[in-house]
Amino acid sequence: MATAFQSGTPPGLGRSAGQHDPASSGTAPRPRPTHRHYARRRETPDLDTASLAQGLGWFSIAIGVAAVLAPRTLGSLAGVGQGSGSLMRSTGIRELANGVGILSQRNPAPWLWSRVVGDVVDLAVLATGLRPDNPGRGRAAFSFAAVAGVLALDALAASHLTKHAGHPLVSGVAAPTDLYFETSIATGKMPEECYRFWRNVANLPRFIDGVQSVQALDERRFHWVGKGSSDETPLEWDCEITEDRPGAALAWRTVNGAEVPNAGSVIFEPLPHGRGTIVRLSIHYSPVDGELTAALARLLRQDPQSQVHEDLRRFKQLLESGEIATTHGQSTGRRSFIGRAARRWRLTDSN
Amino acid sequence: MKANVWYGKEQLRVEDVPDPRILNPRDAIIRITSTAICGSDLHIYGGYIPGMLAGDIIGHEFMGEVVEVGKGVQNLKVGDRVVNPFPIACGGCFFCQQNQFSLCENSNPNAWAAEKLWGHSPAGLFGYSHLLGGYAGGQAQYARIPFADVGPIKVPDSLTDEQVLFLSDVFPTGYMAAEQCNIQPGDTVAVWGCGPVGLFSIKSALLLGATRVVAIDRFPERLHKALEAGAEVLNYEQVDVLEVLKDMTGGRGPDACIDAVGLEGHSHGLFGVYDRVKQKLMLESDRPPSLRQALKACRNGGTVSIPAVYGGFLDKILFGSIVNRALTLKSGQTHVQRYLKPLLGLIEQGKIDPSFIITHTLPLSQAAEGYRMFRDKEDSCVKVVLKPWAEPPTLSGHDGQPGQPHLH
Repeated sequence: MATAFQSGTPPGLGRSAGQHDPASSGTAPRPRPTHRHYARRRETPDLDTASLAQGLGWFSIAIGVAAVLAPRTLGSLAGVGQGSGSLMRSTGIRELANGVGILSQRNPAPWLWSRVVGDVVDLAVLATGLRPDNPGRGRAAFSFAAVAGVLALDALAASHLTKHAGHPLVSGVAAPTDLYFETSIATGKMPEECYRFWRNVANLPRFIDGVQSVQALDERRFHWVGKGSSDETPLEWDCEITEDRPGAALAWRTVNGAEVPNAGSVIFEPLPHGRGTIVRLSIHYSPVDGELTAALARLLRQDPQSQVHEDLRRFKQLLESGEIATTHGQSTGRRSFIGRAARRWRLTDSN
Repeated sequence: MKANVWYGKEQLRVEDVPDPRILNPRDAIIRITSTAICGSDLHIYGGYIPGMLAGDIIGHEFMGEVVEVGKGVQNLKVGDRVVNPFPIACGGCFFCQQNQFSLCENSNPNAWAAEKLWGHSPAGLFGYSHLLGGYAGGQAQYARIPFADVGPIKVPDSLTDEQVLFLSDVFPTGYMAAEQCNIQPGDTVAVWGCGPVGLFSIKSALLLGATRVVAIDRFPERLHKALEAGAEVLNYEQVDVLEVLKDMTGGRGPDACIDAVGLEGHSHGLFGVYDRVKQKLMLESDRPPSLRQALKACRNGGTVSIPAVYGGFLDKILFGSIVNRALTLKSGQTHVQRYLKPLLGLIEQGKIDPSFIITHTLPLSQAAEGYRMFRDKEDSCVKVVLKPWAEPPTLSGHDGQPGQPHLH
């Protein structure tokens, strides 16, 4: 089967196909979605935080290099004396880490927050230099004021980026970007059974995370409702089946007007000797720019690749065991802060 | 209910927690009548098992009476007396279909985490860290049993709890360790460690036709039990184990070696110090002196079977010995479900009475005391059974001493 499904991408979805919008109709490509498709665009920050963050990143590296190579000189210049060599050196390592983090990560916000914390620590250190008996008191006061100013910039950039952060995968990416995820899982069930289970769209919310319901509008078109958190209305979109090969494969894409245009396919590849099926799932969001991400992030959470794989894992569990293994709601002793955080971050299923 | 809850290294508290409830259609709830402390629980107690969270209920050897079943469970009913296997298995996946239940693909809700550490995820286990599912364990008054239509086995009332309890883990674990040795008539099998798993390995190796079983430990009471189980015994503090094994086999070495010690192995000399330092510095996660010795002792082309628990990174393993001498390594968490019926049969026929390993019986409320005694081998402790519904002893108890365990 499926030369058209080579490398798991349904026809017309490859980046080289020249169609950036998978939601466009097959023959006549629609123009790229404009901001009217993205309600959140209006919230775009007018401050050029990206440049500010970059500047702060290089500043971190400069201070870091100075503190590591010449800790005594820097300590003396800052008015905290030459005896603080090891303190200055560890400050320098921290600054280098922050700088590299800010400049190299797609989402620099956590590293900017780390700078904020570092600034506060530095202010505390410098405050000790304001004692009347410190000969370098004047320089310490100057340093204190300078760090306080940088703290303000750090806090501004960090809070701005946090507030307007989109998905970490795409925020900070200047150009429109395709997002493409694919994953697979082996199951002992035969392709026909896998196909039937998937094609019955009422089953989809049982294993696809973040989806509340899927209803058939007609044979090929479906209405999806996502799960909204308490303060948001859920995302809703329509999609249509573009390829339907019973027992072998399914492909779909959103129809015009979807807030997050996407397309996907699932291929049920038979394993040799009747051992079952490899289920290959691919999802394509295209094109995506930095400001679309608020809506997209609601669908994808933090780690879409893992999320898509967990969806497949649940699919397999439902097929093979009829239920999804869980420990949520079981008896436990009292959880510490760490235990509660582990649950919140989905590091464990258990409460 | 009361449950034994882990709060950190050497911090166990028996306290009130919410009763378990049915979460999935194939769940059952059992009222636990007997539970035991496993040697592998000591690794949790010592803080060596990664992925534990404060508040975890531990324990994976338990049995009891079914008090509630989910609507997907047809083969059990309320009132059935069952023993529960420690791995959780769905019965429907590739591995379950091949009777490799401890490799079940569908029972670990945190499979992604295990995949990150080990490459792939094994089955979920009761009370054995969030890497292995984070399931609440069975050192408690009740437990929730997922896939209850696959795991628990009904046991006849003619057998006592003490006779069947160890079907949950240590008896099948020792049996599988011996079975993996592919024992032929005339074979000599050496067993490192004479704790519960080692003792069952000895018995099983003899049941499976080994001519000679040599047991290695340093605690006289454990060596005594091994002797009673039918083994010849070596105290590694008194003899050079490698030399004696060579001598016993005409220089060739045992046909199969079983490591029933695990990641907190004890050894003398430079290697002992080396392991402790590296483990403290987190440069290796496990101390494997028994495995090192087994890999050296085994005859060319022989089998080294490892029922012992190792969790992570081991150091100074002489892999050249495996390659150049064509050794076969066998390991794995026990596929307990596979062994329940045949081993229950052996118990019913009187071919083995697993209760011989028990040295102490305590109320659940004294679990922490039981762990400490078991770890320190105090009072010749080999196996502690906990009774979840027993009243804690009072000052007027025997000997007039609170908490004084009685010898079984």
